[in-house]
Amino acid sequence: MKLISQPGPKTDFSMLLLFTIVVLTMPIWLAPIGAGYPDLVQKFAIYGLFATGFNILFGLTGYLSFGHAAFLGVGSYTAVWSFKLLGMNPVPAVLLAIVTSAIFALLIGYISLRRTGIYFSILTLAFAQMCYQLAYSVLTPITNGETGLRVLQSDPRILDGVITSQTEDGGPLITNFFGIDMTKTWETNIFGIDVQLNAGFYFCAFFLILGSYIAMRIFRSPFGMMLRGVKTNQNRMNYTGVNTRPYTLAAFVISGAYAGLAGALLCVTDPLAGAERMFWTASGEVVLMVILGGAGTLMGPMLGAGIIKYFENILSAFNKSTLEGMLGFLPENMLDGTISVLSLFVGEGWHLTLGLLFMVVVIFLPGGLVEGAKSILLKLTGGGSKKSASAQAAE
Amino acid sequence: MDALILQMMNGLDKGAAYALIALGLTLIFGTLGVVNFAHGALFMMGAFCAVVMQKILTLSVKVKDESITFFDAYKEVPYLETWYGETGSIIIDWAVPLSILLTIPVMMLVGYIMERGLIQYFYKRPHAEQILVTFGLAIVIQELIKSMFGANPIPTPAPEMFSGTAPIGSWFGLSENIVYPWWRIIYLIFSLTIIGMCFAFLRFTTFGMVVRAGMNDRETVGLLGINIEKRFTIVFALAAVVAGLAGAMYTPILSPDYHMGMDFLVLSFVVVVVGGMGSLPGAVAAGFLLGILQSAASMTEVKEIIPGIDQIIIYLVAVVILLARPRGLFGLKGVMED
Repeated sequence: MKLISQPGPKTDFSMLLLFTIVVLTMPIWLAPIGAGYPDLVQKFAIYGLFATGFNILFGLTGYLSFGHAAFLGVGSYTAVWSFKLLGMNPVPAVLLAIVTSAIFALLIGYISLRRTGIYFSILTLAFAQMCYQLAYSVLTPITNGETGLRVLQSDPRILDGVITSQTEDGGPLITNFFGIDMTKTWETNIFGIDVQLNAGFYFCAFFLILGSYIAMRIFRSPFGMMLRGVKTNQNRMNYTGVNTRPYTLAAFVISGAYAGLAGALLCVTDPLAGAERMFWTASGEVVLMVILGGAGTLMGPMLGAGIIKYFENILSAFNKSTLEGMLGFLPENMLDGTISVLSLFVGEGWHLTLGLLFMVVVIFLPGGLVEGAKSILLKLTGGGSKKSASAQAAE
Repeated sequence: MDALILQMMNGLDKGAAYALIALGLTLIFGTLGVVNFAHGALFMMGAFCAVVMQKILTLSVKVKDESITFFDAYKEVPYLETWYGETGSIIIDWAVPLSILLTIPVMMLVGYIMERGLIQYFYKRPHAEQILVTFGLAIVIQELIKSMFGANPIPTPAPEMFSGTAPIGSWFGLSENIVYPWWRIIYLIFSLTIIGMCFAFLRFTTFGMVVRAGMNDRETVGLLGINIEKRFTIVFALAAVVAGLAGAMYTPILSPDYHMGMDFLVLSFVVVVVGGMGSLPGAVAAGFLLGILQSAASMTEVKEIIPGIDQIIIYLVAVVILLARPRGLFGLKGVMED
C-alpha cells in the first residue's frame, strides 16, 4: 500500500506550467476586480513568496516561528545598501539579500532550534524584537532609524557608470534592470480590459515562479519527507537514530532566505527600507497568510497572501461614501444602521475583519482554505468515504 | 548609588504589571493547558474599564454659566457636581481607584464568556492553534476598542492626593534626592496584595486545593467525582480579573491606548517563559526581575558601556535563560520542558 500518494513528475510539470501562466497573466485577470494595478500585483508576488518560504518551515516541520519579519527586514536593508554602494541594478541586491538573510537565519536558527514548541516561538520572537529594537536605536548608522534607509544622489553606486551609461540629472533614483526601469508600466487593452503591465511585477513574478518551483521540489524530495517526519513525531525520528537538527536548521535557513528575497523585492519596487517591517505584528501577518491558505500545502500560502493583501488594499480604501453608493438600494431607515455597522469592518477597521476571518479559519478550517476546498470537493464527488478511510488506515 | 536605587524603584511598578499579567497567564496555562495570546487584550480591557468609569462619572449636563453676564453662555458640569457639590468632585477625582468596582464584574464576565465561548473548544488542540486563535481574538478586541475609543491615548489621572512624589530616601535615612511618585507606591502595594490574595486563595481554600490538585493530575481529580472543568472556568475568569485590575490601576502611569495590550503581552510571555511555564512563584519573581533589569539597563552609565542594551535586555535574558535552563528559573520538571 502506498502511504502517501504523490503526484508524478508529469502532473507537477503541468501544475507548474499552469501556475506560471496564472501568475504572468495576473495583471489581466485581476483587473476586473480592481486589483490589477502594479502596486498590488507586486505585493501579491512578494508576499506570496514570503509565505511560500515560511511554509517550508512551518508547514513541513511544524515549527511556528514568530520572528520571520526580521529576515524580511534584513533583506530590505541589504538590498538598499547594495543600491547605495553597487548601483541601482536589482540583481546584485537580490543575491546579496538572500546571502545575508540566510546567514542571519543560520545564526538565529542554530540557537532557537535547540528548543521546540512554544519555547521556539518565544525565542524567535525575542530575536526578531531584538533586531527591531536595535534597528531603531543603536544601529541607526546602518539603518537610518525611524526615517528609513533610502538611496541618495551622493552615494557611490560604483557599478552604475560601468554597466549602463546613466547620466544623472537629479531625478528620483529608480531601480534599473540592465536599462529597464522597474517602475516602467506599459498600458494596453486586452479583450476590452485596460491592463497595466509593470516591469517590477514581472521581476518579482520571475522569483515567485522560481521560488514556487524550488518549494515544490523540496516538498517532493526525501528532504521534504524528513521534515514532515519531524512534524508528525520528532521523538520517534530521534529514536530511529536520525539527528533531525540539521534538517530543521536547513529548513529554517531556506525559509529565512525566502524572506530575505521577499524583503529585497520590496525594495526593488520601492527603494526604501524601514524598521517597522521587522515588528512582530509583521511576523504575525505571514503566519496568518499561511494558516489562512493552508499550512503544508503548496499553493495555500500564496492564496492566503493574495487574499490578505487584496482585502487590505480594497477594504482599507472603503469609506462611508463608497458604502452609501453600494448600498443605495436599501430603504432609507435601514441604510444608516447598516452603514454604521459595516463601516466598523472597512477602512481603518479592516484589521477587525482580518481578526475575525482568522478566528473563523482556525476554529472551523484548521487546514486552511485549500484543505477546506479539498474536503468539500471530495464530499461533492462522493469519493470521500473511500479515500478518507484509507487515509485513516495509513495514520 | 542614588541613581541606581532610583532606577530599581522605577523598575518595580513595571515589574509589578508584568508579574500580574504573567500570573494570570501561568494560571491559565497550568490549569487549562492553554497558551492565551489574548491575555494582553484583557489587561487593556481592564485599563479601558477605568476610562469608562471616568466617562460615567463625568457625564455632564449643560448649565448656564453665571459668571458671564452679557450673553447666554453655557458650560458643562458633571451631574455628580450638580447633585453633591464638593463631594461629587472628590468622587470624580477618585475615578481610577473606583474603577476597580467596575473592573471586577466586567472582567469576570468577559473571562467567563471567553472561556465558555471559545477557549473550551481548544483544550485538545495543538498549542500552535491555541496561540493563533487567541492571537486573532486579541486583534478583534483591540480593533473594537480602537473603534470605540479612538486611536489616541486617553489621559486618566490619579487622585489629586497621590499626584506628588514621596520622599522615600529620607524615610530610610538615605539621600533626599530619592523620590518616588505616590501612585507608583500605591500600585506596587496593590499588586503585591493581589498576588498575595491569589496565592492565599490557592493555598488555603478548598477551592484552591482542588485547583492545585487539578493542575497536577487532572484525570485523578475528575475520577474523584469533582467537576474540574467548572472550576477551571472560574480560574480563567479570575485570571481575567487579575489582568483587568492590573490594567485599570496602571492607567495613571501609562495613558491607555488600544495597542498597550500587545506591547505588554510580548514581554509578559517572555516573563512567563523565564519564570518557568506553569510555575506561579516563577512568574512573579521573573516579572519583578525583568522589570528591574530593564530599568537598570536604561541608566546612562550602563548604556555607555553597552549601547542599546536597554532595548534588548529582556530578550537577551530570555535567550540566555532558555538556553542555559530550559525549564526557566522556577519551572517544574517535565512541564513543557522540551
